[in-house]
Amino acid sequence: MTDIFRLPVVIGILFSAIRLATPYLYATIGEMFAQRSGVLNLGVDGIMLVGAYAAFFVVLNTGNLWLGLLAAVVVGLLMGLLMAFISVTLQAEQGISGIGLYMFGLGLSSLLFKVTIGTVKTVSGFPPLKIPWLGDIPVIGQILFQHSLPVYGAFLLVPLAWWVLEKTTWGLKIKAVGQNPAAADSLGVSVIGVRYLCVCLGAVLAGIAGASLSIALTNLFQENLTAGLGFIAVALVYFGGWRPLGILAGTLLFSSVNALQLWMQVLGVKIPSDVAVMLPYILTIAVLAVMVNRARQPAALNKPFERGEG
Amino acid sequence: MAFLAKVRNNPIFISALIPLGAMVVALLIGAVMLLFLRAHPLQAYAALIGGALGDVSGLTQSAVKATPLLLVGLGIVIAFRASVINIGGEGQIIAGALLGTWFALTFRTWPGWLLIPATLLAGFFAGMVWGFIPGILKARLSVNEILSTVMMNAIALQLMNYLLRGPMIDPAGIKAGTYLAQSERLPEQVWLPRLVPQTLLHSGAILAIVLAVVVYIFLWRTTIGYRLRAVGLNPDAARYAGIRVPFYQALSLTLAGGFAGLAGVVEVIGVQHRLLQGITSGYGFSGIVAALFGGLHPIGAIPAAYLFGALLVGADKMQRAVQVPSALVDTLLGLIVLFVVGSQLLSRRQAARRAVETTESDKTA
Repeated sequence: MTDIFRLPVVIGILFSAIRLATPYLYATIGEMFAQRSGVLNLGVDGIMLVGAYAAFFVVLNTGNLWLGLLAAVVVGLLMGLLMAFISVTLQAEQGISGIGLYMFGLGLSSLLFKVTIGTVKTVSGFPPLKIPWLGDIPVIGQILFQHSLPVYGAFLLVPLAWWVLEKTTWGLKIKAVGQNPAAADSLGVSVIGVRYLCVCLGAVLAGIAGASLSIALTNLFQENLTAGLGFIAVALVYFGGWRPLGILAGTLLFSSVNALQLWMQVLGVKIPSDVAVMLPYILTIAVLAVMVNRARQPAALNKPFERGEG
Repeated sequence: MAFLAKVRNNPIFISALIPLGAMVVALLIGAVMLLFLRAHPLQAYAALIGGALGDVSGLTQSAVKATPLLLVGLGIVIAFRASVINIGGEGQIIAGALLGTWFALTFRTWPGWLLIPATLLAGFFAGMVWGFIPGILKARLSVNEILSTVMMNAIALQLMNYLLRGPMIDPAGIKAGTYLAQSERLPEQVWLPRLVPQTLLHSGAILAIVLAVVVYIFLWRTTIGYRLRAVGLNPDAARYAGIRVPFYQALSLTLAGGFAGLAGVVEVIGVQHRLLQGITSGYGFSGIVAALFGGLHPIGAIPAAYLFGALLVGADKMQRAVQVPSALVDTLLGLIVLFVVGSQLLSRRQAARRAVETTESDKTA
């Protein structure tokens, strides 16, 4: 047990926590945009799966990581358009549409994997990139500045999302559409347009989240690679109170507990690993129950919009 | 929750037409995908339909797959009728399967006539607990049930993995050195009796159909069921009428969990005769499809569950006949859900147009 408090182990745990936060951050920040515009996209996990598959397939066949990332972006966009068409244009119940999208993505990625790849293979994904000077700082440099590019990207996304949401006209429009679509509509904001944009942005980020798993973190693809990670991402949006900084905090808490549990397994600490794996989920339910953050929920979340409905 | 209201208020023929139309479109898209996979669509679909419905083996296997779909679907009907979205089917199935397995192994000396119903009740109870937790969190603390049920799924899965690798692992697996993550085989007297000899069809199928009727009576012929539906139709009106909305929301989730738990334990004592990983086979999600397809009606869920049971069986047969992965059918299931929910707007517009036409013809008359 004393092992866990030794400096190299602490560094290892924190390094893993940062690394593991990556797919969650992409997916959760993306889902935050969709939800701020009033669309609950429950299909994140399905989008991540096809994104992860597409990126892996392209990298396996071309060896070009950026092309792989682009593939994830493109399929993410297509999935986003599908979700937006069903839930925004056709005004379908969002929760159930999302489940449909999830089943579609899970099935499609498994199908394509079996047909085009067949067995579990690995690729050489994004290599670690030590940032000059900063990466040499003892402890902090080891924890923060020796990651691969997608990891840095995920953390840069947080302030960027905050800036878009709080400092730009676009952010104002998104929030207005999510809060009071009828009022936004009467002021000439295209509710449909903003929601399409946000759902697609969220889906593209979910695609990248999947790619970050398959060509940066694990460097492999298998059926149901995400194992429900996308659903956790949806929960983390609530957890983070629909704000980028809250999401960052929630994600780091979640990934830290995950990292701790992984390292406890490595060090052979006598807690059954499956029990430890449960901790983050129990923690999430507990936090959701304790924090009464319903007040900050976008008022029009999960409500389809139709002109003239009032 | 407007969508759920739309499904509920549809005339019978529309609520049957839309799903069938959705299925046709999905199968057409599937045909295009089959062409891309270099398989002959007609040949593949013939293998699918022939495999599922062509002989006694296919017909009974379809019923075996339909049983958990129907049980989960009944729970989904109850939850969705109260406008509560239950995504927690997977976890509730696991909870039911876990406690049922434990119960049957612990009381293995009991005679079958006592052990079978007691084991079923244990599974039902465990599922209810797994549904009650998100239910009470929603009722008391307004925790979104979509999120809490997703979390409960993850917790149940990890709990099962832990128990199957540790306390509940098959001693035979340890002795043989395989350490397979599965439980000991259940005593034979707890196995559900077979309905047709030489097939897998077990009496759980009858139980599911009987329960569909029970759920129908519960929802439409009892006060509690009436209130539950009232909460789903219009929570504000229900509240003004003095109905305790949170109570009925929690109740619907608890019952939904119970039915999914029952599906889990039936799968254990009817089909596998032990608990193993992957016991849910995704029924927690495909049960939602069956419920939606059946127009959120317990009786409608019976043919819908059989249809999807047949699709799943046919998918396996198709995989063997024309080497197309059965995941193709999973993909189509997702598309069917999207089309069914997506087509509600069209049917509502049509209904509105018909209403306008009727009032206009009334005026001229």
